[in-house]
Amino acid sequence: MLYQTILFAPLIGALIAGLLGSKIGHKSSMIVTTGLLLLSAVLSWFALYKVGFGHEATEVNLFRWMDVGDFKANWAVKIDTLTAVMLVVVTSVSALVHVYSWGYMSEDPGKARFFSYLSYFTFAMLVLVTSNNFIQLFFGWEGVGVASYLLIGFWYKKPSANAAAIKAFVTNRVGDVGLALGIMTIFLVFGSVNFDEVFAHVHDKQDLVLPFLGFEFNAIELIAFLLFIGAMGKSAQFVLHVWLPDAMEGPTPVSALIHAATMVTAGVFLVCRAFPIYEAAPTVSALITVVGAFTALFAATVGLVQNDIKRVIAYSTCSQLGYMFFAAGVGAYNAAMFHLFTHAFFKALLFLCAGSVIHALHHEQDMRKMGGTYKLIPITYFLMIIGTLALTGVGIPETKIGFAGFFSKDAIIEAAYAAGEGGHNASAVFAFWVGLIAAAMTSFYSWRLIFMTFHGRYRGEPDVLKHAHESPLNMLIPLFLLALGAVIAGVVFYSKFMGVDMGAFWAGALPGGEGAHGAVSAMADGHGAVDTHGAEKVDDHGGDHGGGHHDFPKWVLWAPFIVTLFGFVVAVVMYLWRDGTQKRIDAEGGPLYKFFLNKWYIDELYDATIVRGTRKLGDLFYKIGDIKIIDGWGPNGFAKLAMAGGKRLSKFQSGYVFQYAFVMLIGLAGLIAWAITKAQG
Amino acid sequence: MFNGVPILSIITFIPLLAAAFLMLMSRLSRSDGKSQIEQNAPRVALITTIAVFILSLILVINFDNAEAGFQFTEEFAWLGAGIKYRMGVDGISVLFVLLTAFLTPLCIIASQASIKTRMLEYMVAFLVLETLMIGTFCALDMVLFYVFFEAVLIPMFIIIGVWGGKDRVYAAYKFFLYTLLGSVLMLAAMLWLYYYSGQVLGEGNATTDIRQLSQLNIPLGAQTWLWLAFFASFAVKMPMWPVHTWLPDAHVQAPTAGSVILAGILLKLGGYGLLRFSIPMFPHASVQFGPLVFWLSVIAIIYTSLVAYRQTDMKKLIAYSSVAHMGFVTMGIFALNVQGLQGSIFQMISHGIVSGALFFAVGVIYDRMHTREIAFYGGIVKTMPIFAAVFMLFTMANVGLPGTSGFIGEILTMVGAYQVNPWIAFGAAFGMILSAVYALHLYREVIFGEVTNEKLIGIPDMNMREIIIMAPLVIMTILLGVYPSLVTDITGASVDALLADVTQKLDMSVGQ
Repeated sequence: MLYQTILFAPLIGALIAGLLGSKIGHKSSMIVTTGLLLLSAVLSWFALYKVGFGHEATEVNLFRWMDVGDFKANWAVKIDTLTAVMLVVVTSVSALVHVYSWGYMSEDPGKARFFSYLSYFTFAMLVLVTSNNFIQLFFGWEGVGVASYLLIGFWYKKPSANAAAIKAFVTNRVGDVGLALGIMTIFLVFGSVNFDEVFAHVHDKQDLVLPFLGFEFNAIELIAFLLFIGAMGKSAQFVLHVWLPDAMEGPTPVSALIHAATMVTAGVFLVCRAFPIYEAAPTVSALITVVGAFTALFAATVGLVQNDIKRVIAYSTCSQLGYMFFAAGVGAYNAAMFHLFTHAFFKALLFLCAGSVIHALHHEQDMRKMGGTYKLIPITYFLMIIGTLALTGVGIPETKIGFAGFFSKDAIIEAAYAAGEGGHNASAVFAFWVGLIAAAMTSFYSWRLIFMTFHGRYRGEPDVLKHAHESPLNMLIPLFLLALGAVIAGVVFYSKFMGVDMGAFWAGALPGGEGAHGAVSAMADGHGAVDTHGAEKVDDHGGDHGGGHHDFPKWVLWAPFIVTLFGFVVAVVMYLWRDGTQKRIDAEGGPLYKFFLNKWYIDELYDATIVRGTRKLGDLFYKIGDIKIIDGWGPNGFAKLAMAGGKRLSKFQSGYVFQYAFVMLIGLAGLIAWAITKAQG
Repeated sequence: MFNGVPILSIITFIPLLAAAFLMLMSRLSRSDGKSQIEQNAPRVALITTIAVFILSLILVINFDNAEAGFQFTEEFAWLGAGIKYRMGVDGISVLFVLLTAFLTPLCIIASQASIKTRMLEYMVAFLVLETLMIGTFCALDMVLFYVFFEAVLIPMFIIIGVWGGKDRVYAAYKFFLYTLLGSVLMLAAMLWLYYYSGQVLGEGNATTDIRQLSQLNIPLGAQTWLWLAFFASFAVKMPMWPVHTWLPDAHVQAPTAGSVILAGILLKLGGYGLLRFSIPMFPHASVQFGPLVFWLSVIAIIYTSLVAYRQTDMKKLIAYSSVAHMGFVTMGIFALNVQGLQGSIFQMISHGIVSGALFFAVGVIYDRMHTREIAFYGGIVKTMPIFAAVFMLFTMANVGLPGTSGFIGEILTMVGAYQVNPWIAFGAAFGMILSAVYALHLYREVIFGEVTNEKLIGIPDMNMREIIIMAPLVIMTILLGVYPSLVTDITGASVDALLADVTQKLDMSVGQ
């Protein structure tokens, strides 16, 4: 019942608020949804304790869903450590966002609807992560897509919000098609869509070759590729990333919950969940590494120059998701999940802090119209600094002291280094260097955001400043809790996710611990950070392990720290010490600046080709295909012909069969004609 | 339970009797009593159709899911010479009976408010229509099937021609012209089958029993043209690309309930015909033409989805989307595997509910504003929140969202097609994107945004009558989406048997 309660409490909340919201009122709707979500969150931590520490992984089948031939899937609740981690992330952030929204949405007339959507989203996300088969996963996958669509377009009067909502849904659908085809391929290859049955037979099918769209593919690689297309859509990886920045049209709590902490990480979850497939698909894993690393860099370059506070954080999310993917690509699934876990806290924190700023400044989102606000909203300022420190991964290398991002992001960069060592994995080497460059950019844009928002002269309308105020307590308490997570999530959970306890913690839900899997074990056994951070149990096992062990060179451990410091210094020089930098850049920025500012012109490219192409093709098919050709030569042409050649028809009446048919149908026609004319007359 | 009771005939002909009763009463009464009968006609029709629905429900409950063959069979002498009155249902047809009986009362309720003239005749037309539709699904005799199958069009023509929009005559003409071509060919093929059965079974034993005809081993050459002849008729009914252009016009001109029946049931006659005739009787030709149907299906899915996106008339948009959705049906049928066939039947049932609901939804706002122009609307969520929520659900079902019935049919047919030809599944999956494009476009233009048209200010939300119509459709859409076994358990045994039969025939050599 524990797991059913976690799963269905948000659904019940969503239904009550959604269906009865107008009857029971806003307040009751908010109490019910928030209360049920808090219950779900508390139970989720208990579940993580039971599964991750007590090793009580379990699977509950609720009832049949699909049952057609071998195509079978149940509605099920699968709980292992991977799921439990996701449960904690999803329900905790969701519960805090529910609480935060009490304050943030206090003046909105659609509160019941808003809370209903939030809870519905949470339910769909929980269905996704508790699935034991690919079909239920797909249900959750598209379910969160709908929730995202509804919440991005929550302010339905804004045309831009509606456009962004549709863009998000349709772009995600492109990814979903990949996922759906992946599931179909899985069924074709394995004759099943259940995780356990599929993963158990990956090795048997490793050499299977499959024809697909005119090419021959290795079956496992093909499956891995198609599933990754889905992951790219949901997790906004390059090519399919265009929807995420626009999704910021939604209310800020939505951005924090869906477009930072939870839904967008579903792609990472999918790759980790299907790790047995990816371990058998080295080519696609390399592709994931490259795409992830490239996205980390691409999004960071765009983030450098944006002026909308939410867009900076959105591109940052896109970039951090890239890190998670290249971690998974090099086989460090636990590092990917660890970053997913810590990122949820500090990114939600950053978004909600941004919301607090926006709330204080009367819905101003342009950082060029902010500045000098730290005195007015000191608590928000302080908390946002914490979020920034966590995002930029501040910590002291070779010690166990640092913010959450320090543990997880450095682990990813080190994993890429380890995988690239020896020169066998060029994609990992690429990821390592790109990861470092992007880390410098992360530091720069994060501090740029802080300085432009809180420091320097105030640049907006003076009237706005008069009403600026610190957020109410129901908005600040969630921020405190998230800040707590941003500070300690890394240090507390490091040994579980990555360190000495990881074998027992994951218990097979992810590889690692047994030392059987290439890159992961190399990293796990000899992970320099394990030795030097020491995690919780300080045991210097630097030389304990035999073959797989290796130490990281000192420069690898220090490199992230140094580039982060570099980014910080540049930001200080440009935005803290000098006033008006942004104005100068706006005026004199070179072509590269424009290129970044316009997001590499990818939206324009898509608009010119895909969007217009679709419309043109639709018009062509309708006006030429249907009207001119089919109707023109078909029924309309026939009508003309029949008038002209009425006599010729009689010559057809030869043969028994035709005569019969003719009589029967002419009779029918006559009857109808008579009926119509009579009725009309 | 029904020992000796001809339950199928009862279900089939109750509406016809009620229609006759109404006509008779109207004829017999004096002129002042006529208006009273006119007033009571909807009530009579409603009670009748609800009774039919309850009987159909009892029928399905008593249906033995494990039995693959025909159940509740009846056989009476009729025209002689092997042509008999034969009725029966199996897993493939029984749910269509229920679907018909489910949708018709809702149509009656919807029409009570929206039909202003000739109420009595309208109700009679619907009752006759119901008899003919159910009869088509129950008929086990080829001639009986033909009579029902063709006659079904007559009340439909009349409904469009009398109670339709201003271009109703053109629409009815176009509809008729398309079906004419197919009907001629199908009738010819049926006659040939009849004579051929005589040759095989011996002089004087010629039969029109569908069960017996399905056991004939028809020579390959004959299969080819017979298949084409039947296909001509069924493809028009589906409708498949490129013989689909009658459908948008017919929908636009038809009154709301007419559109619901057209999309909900009449389009399924084509798919049902393929399952009942083409596949079991001409399996070799079905395999031979499989690729053709596949490509026509995929073209239908992509082409009509794109066309749907560019429509300015709500009903046309939904009509085109129907063509795309029926593309999944034909694709699934000719995959000739269990997921494909089950999926195609499911898709037909689901589409009957979802597209029916969408046409009802259009009717709701059409009744208020008397226009179907998309551009006229916008921002009506403000005053019509219940309508917006209901319309959202059916939009999502139309898009094939998992958890709604729309998903099950699409994924099953794609899984089925994928096993035969990944290209086809790939093309169909592409349609998943396009359905999101046109469906969300429609929703946004009609429901969201600011209220820019002042005529829309104060447009009232759905009333109790409309909620009563929508509620069962909402429930079924979600129920079938979450627990599709309600359908697939019933269709399972018959589909398995059909597949086994086809496989066996394909393994045998042909032409003896």
